[in-house]
Amino acid sequence: MTDTPLSQIRNFSIIAHIDHGKSTLADRLIQATGAVAAREMKEQLLDNMELERERGITIKAQTVRLAYPAKDGKTYVLNLMDTPGHVDFAYEVSRSLAACEGSLLVVDASQGVEAQTLANVYQAIDAGHEIVPVLNKIDLPAAEPDRVKQQIEDVIGLDASDAVEISAKTGLNIEGVLDALVARLPPPKGNPDAPLKALLVDSWYDQYLGVVILVRVKDGHLRKGQRIRMMAKGQVHTVEQCGVFTPKMVAMDSLGPGEMGYITAAIKTVADTNVGDTLTDDRHPATEALPGFKPSIPVVWCGLYPVDADDFEKLRESLAKLRLNDASFHYEAETSAALGFGFRCGFLGLLHLEIVQERLSREFDLDLIATAPSVVYKIRKTNGELTELHNPADMPDGSLIDSIEEPWIKATIMVPDEYLGAVLTLCNDRRGQQVELTYVGNRAMAVYRLPLNEVVFDFYDRLKSISRGYASFDYAMDGYEEGDLVKISLLVNAEPVDALSFMAHRSAAEKRGRQICEKLKELIPRQLFKIPIQAAIGGRVIARETISALSKDVTAKCYGGDISRKRKLLEKQKEGKKRMRQFGKVEIPQSAFIAALKMDA
Amino acid sequence: MKTALPAACIAFASSAPMRGTAALAAASISFTVVGMVGSSLGVAAIWHRAGRAWQAPAAIRAGLPRTCAVPAPIYPAMEPLALYIHWPFCQAKCPYCDFNSHVRERIEQPRFRAALRRELAFEAERAGRRPLASIFFGGGTPSLMEPETAAALIEDARALFEAPADLEVTLEANPTSVEAGKLAAFRDAGVNRVSLGVQSLEEEALRFLGRRHSAAQAVAALEMARGLFPRISFDLIYARPGQAEAAWRAELRQALALVADHLSLYQLTIEPGTRFATEHARGAFALPEPEEAARLYAATAEEAARFGLAPYEVSNYARPGAESRHNLVYWRYGDYLGIGPGAHQRVMRDGALLAIRRHRAPEEWLARVEREGHAITAEESLAPADRAREALLMGLRLAEGVDPARIEARSGVALAEALEPAMLAACLEEGYLEWTAAGWLRATGEGRLRLDAMLPVLLR
Repeated sequence: MTDTPLSQIRNFSIIAHIDHGKSTLADRLIQATGAVAAREMKEQLLDNMELERERGITIKAQTVRLAYPAKDGKTYVLNLMDTPGHVDFAYEVSRSLAACEGSLLVVDASQGVEAQTLANVYQAIDAGHEIVPVLNKIDLPAAEPDRVKQQIEDVIGLDASDAVEISAKTGLNIEGVLDALVARLPPPKGNPDAPLKALLVDSWYDQYLGVVILVRVKDGHLRKGQRIRMMAKGQVHTVEQCGVFTPKMVAMDSLGPGEMGYITAAIKTVADTNVGDTLTDDRHPATEALPGFKPSIPVVWCGLYPVDADDFEKLRESLAKLRLNDASFHYEAETSAALGFGFRCGFLGLLHLEIVQERLSREFDLDLIATAPSVVYKIRKTNGELTELHNPADMPDGSLIDSIEEPWIKATIMVPDEYLGAVLTLCNDRRGQQVELTYVGNRAMAVYRLPLNEVVFDFYDRLKSISRGYASFDYAMDGYEEGDLVKISLLVNAEPVDALSFMAHRSAAEKRGRQICEKLKELIPRQLFKIPIQAAIGGRVIARETISALSKDVTAKCYGGDISRKRKLLEKQKEGKKRMRQFGKVEIPQSAFIAALKMDA
Repeated sequence: MKTALPAACIAFASSAPMRGTAALAAASISFTVVGMVGSSLGVAAIWHRAGRAWQAPAAIRAGLPRTCAVPAPIYPAMEPLALYIHWPFCQAKCPYCDFNSHVRERIEQPRFRAALRRELAFEAERAGRRPLASIFFGGGTPSLMEPETAAALIEDARALFEAPADLEVTLEANPTSVEAGKLAAFRDAGVNRVSLGVQSLEEEALRFLGRRHSAAQAVAALEMARGLFPRISFDLIYARPGQAEAAWRAELRQALALVADHLSLYQLTIEPGTRFATEHARGAFALPEPEEAARLYAATAEEAARFGLAPYEVSNYARPGAESRHNLVYWRYGDYLGIGPGAHQRVMRDGALLAIRRHRAPEEWLARVEREGHAITAEESLAPADRAREALLMGLRLAEGVDPARIEARSGVALAEALEPAMLAACLEEGYLEWTAAGWLRATGEGRLRLDAMLPVLLR
């Protein structure tokens, strides 16, 4: 198996927008090559995680090795690399792409190119891929293959005349895809005699095997029992098992150049395996690592708190378990006066944040509160010191700050004509700078530079609602820039609520402050005393609301028979107050803060 | 069961087999108790200035193990007891009522009469011959009781306790014609105060409230009662769905003109488990918003004041001196016996303040009393912190407020220890609480209006 000649190997990935049929096509390719018996076939074979299946997204990269007897009489090894398709995992995507020589660009023949497709296809082109356009759902009455081909040529600049027209759902022309892979994709290059060089594409934790590493061998051979070294990390491990996915794990003696597969090496945590690292032989190491390694850095941070304070330890354990399998998120303990004990967590992006949160509640049965996501600001202090700010609550005093820089993104939004006006207004409201505006048929593509800060604050929800769900959105980080940014503190009964403080551009500060004061006024139930709610920048109050005292709350009848009941009720109420946060003489139910934070998200 | 007293004594009190009085008398041994916890001594000193010699109840005398080292004399005098007697039957269940009431086709009045007398005798044995403050027949609808039952119980109580000549004996009565017809017989039985369940003087409201009498019948019953009893009270329910302030003022004025010395004016409350709770949850009707309820409450006090009735408790209004002595015992957190199905009891015994409950279902209660002489289902000695909470949650309902010395004497907890200092300060500052010239702590009108919100944060 390991001696498959390079000329008979094709490594490819599939690029597609959500719902354009990537997983279905992958399933059909697996079926068509007989890699999985019909009785074992289930939908979205490659998406193992429950969450992946449900949301139709891929979080971890996977490979499957297909054996295809082509028309030339030779049997080809087709390695399908299923990559995560979201910008949050852009770096992981780039490593997956670096492991392949070509891509299938799957486009829904009725819907056309979407924003997410664009970003990924450009990445594939950057990675030097040969791109094979595939028009899917050709069987649908609404399919317009000619229009979509034209769009691919206009928007992406690819020749789409040889696009393969298929229906993954019905299985129509799957053969055509396989033939195109063999005929149009270049075989991998590599030197079997050079020292081992293998790209670490992804890794995950398996409770029986420990960490499983997904690799693409570039030069040399990867063997069972071999002492291998991670070139960036410097650690040495002994390969316990190596093999390929068919998609079941099948052990092999070795993996040769051009091959994709897995190894296990008694590694305890995925934090020890950096995506993009190069594996080499410990005794005969390569002199140079593969290009492009970079450690993952969180760009969005938020606080995660257990709703029930008793769950703190469980949350700590769950985060540790989760990190076993996802080294790209970071966490550290923090405390909040409003929310109690919790963790400050860093994520690769908003989807990543959402996924981690959802996995915590789903797989670990935790009820969580998340504070408003914050981006990483760079603060230059008057003493010249440069610090990174992950939590608005940690913002130094204004007098100590010289300037603040915030991260910007370059966003690509594709939207049907009729919603373009609203989308442009939204972008402008969020301090966006238009870079490009083009039309393809009745769809517009707007490219904007936007502060990430404005995007983490309900941008996505707004975009969806103003375009009735038709807008597609993608972004890439686009550097840091100085901004006139202020920290807005929320004060309840004159005491700051750390969990609700946030950063905003000065021009939006007053409006945002007023909104959140109004929101809290609705959410905090009336109490024995009136409660002032203020938003402030430093010592200056920019918005204020007052919750008036409740006007009447007393039991009408209370006699001898009611005493025990009243006392027990009282004790229960006192117990309930443990879930409240004291702000001077008023107590605010935690649920009010949770609701306020939910409305932010 | 929690207690601060020698375990043997309490164990007896809660679980020893209860025997007939004759057996107890035969087995009696003589002893007296000293070394009461400070709180009881305090009660004697502060609350009951007229001290009186006291003997241990026969039940304790009879059953106290000889090893229980409670030596010698002089148990301090006890404050008067209130006696509550529960009649658990009604002709129909009112949709707002969550009291322990039951509708039965036939009631074996003689058996219930005998059982109530038996429970009374049982409790009197345990309590000893203490002074009696009041008797209150509540329910249910005690005016459905045969007057002979009331007569027998009043007579028993007068014989078993030290009853003053002007002992307050109240009967709750419904103003239907049948019951009104029995009022004279109840007067003859010894009842000297009636509390009529008028609830409203508007026909439509009476129908909504599920009452089985008309406004005219209510007025007639009141007039008849006025000729029979020196003291009369009646209940009204207001803050009903859609009730306008002006309409309520008019209705209340009409009621006040009917000359009672005491009124219980309750805002309609939706109690869980009632028919109203179901209908309200379904959205069949809505109660006034709290602001409106507060306005109605203020209007009520205003109208009552014009007729010389002052709010001495959250929902109770009286001419000076006409306050319900019986209910004041509850609110002042005094001792009360409760007999009959589901009746509650708070009584100080050997320094332990006991909370006692009885079986709620009438038939089961009856069977148990006939079998065992009582139908007690739970007897708990209240911890000092619990006593303090109970004393305060009741006492702050009263316009007079609470006497710190009494709170401490009754609970064993100093008032300052029973309250959250920061909340006390905040409530004083806000004008919800105030100190009286005599050094009592009282909830102001504004404070009483928000008592349910105040207590959980104020009490420790």
